Amino acid sequence: MPHDHHDHLSPSGHPYRPDQDTGLTDWQVMEIAIRELMIEKEIVTAAEVQNQIDAMDARSPAQGAALVARAWTDPAFRDRLLTDGSAACAEMGFDVGPMRLIAVENTDSIHNVVVCTLCSCYPRNLLGLPPDWYKSRAYRSRTVREPRRVLSEFGLDLPADVTVRVHDSTADMRYIVVPARPEGTSGMDEAALAALVTRDSMIGVGIAKAG
Amino acid sequence: MSDSPGNRWHDMGGDVAGPVPGDDHDFALWEKRVDALVILAGLKGVFTVDGLRRVLEDMGEEAFETLTYYERWVAALNQNMLETGIYSVAELGERMEAVRARGTTYAEAADG
Repeated sequence: MPHDHHDHLSPSGHPYRPDQDTGLTDWQVMEIAIRELMIEKEIVTAAEVQNQIDAMDARSPAQGAALVARAWTDPAFRDRLLTDGSAACAEMGFDVGPMRLIAVENTDSIHNVVVCTLCSCYPRNLLGLPPDWYKSRAYRSRTVREPRRVLSEFGLDLPADVTVRVHDSTADMRYIVVPARPEGTSGMDEAALAALVTRDSMIGVGIAKAG
Repeated sequence: MSDSPGNRWHDMGGDVAGPVPGDDHDFALWEKRVDALVILAGLKGVFTVDGLRRVLEDMGEEAFETLTYYERWVAALNQNMLETGIYSVAELGERMEAVRARGTTYAEAADG
């Protein structure tokens, strides 16, 4: 996996950044000034900002994984998810906001992958904040041009007879991939299955694997 | 710029580009705060994702290549707040000066 060979990783699997108590930048000064002014003008409160950050920190691909595991174990739910992703999320108690959520399913013959060529639209409520590479020029440009090559850079080499479908997100419409359920998982319950569903498998640059 | 004539620079789908970068990072506090302010401003009805994108796209390709994601976002948030009249250029300038005077680190400067 090209994204796995960092030497020094934080508990969340990311490289450590330099301490924040060095090198105040103009942009940081601007953030502080804007935040204070927005609080003084009673647009937001300090508590709301902190609560929003806490909610962001608590987010993970867990909600997306729960959605996929339910779809794997409940055929009627799977049908509803593929028909209306937003409604199926609401059914699970997951808020995806006002934008439309479209779930696309991988099968033996079709592999789906999601990109946002225009900016960085991403189902953040279900998957957390987008990884840096999702926002990169290379991923945005090439995923619609040479998806198989991009996928192979993620360690995913698809057979030639598998159709690759690339879905381009917009500000009002987000996609989530329902990866194929791995072989040998027939005895597993929903919670155990959800643990197999990775962020990358729901973007479509990976697949779900058993154990 | 976009490889396709007539497309703006941000419309980069289909362009030739190098390997997908493997780097990923944990967000700094100031970046999380920018994200939170953008989301909250939207919820409060003083900001839209269209307004965010308009400024990001008008900032141009050089900004995309040289500034970080949340540097561009804070610039876009600021432009929209100014246009909406939440605060004035003068108020922003005065406040930024006051913030800078507090210290040379983010922790000091943020401790108003």
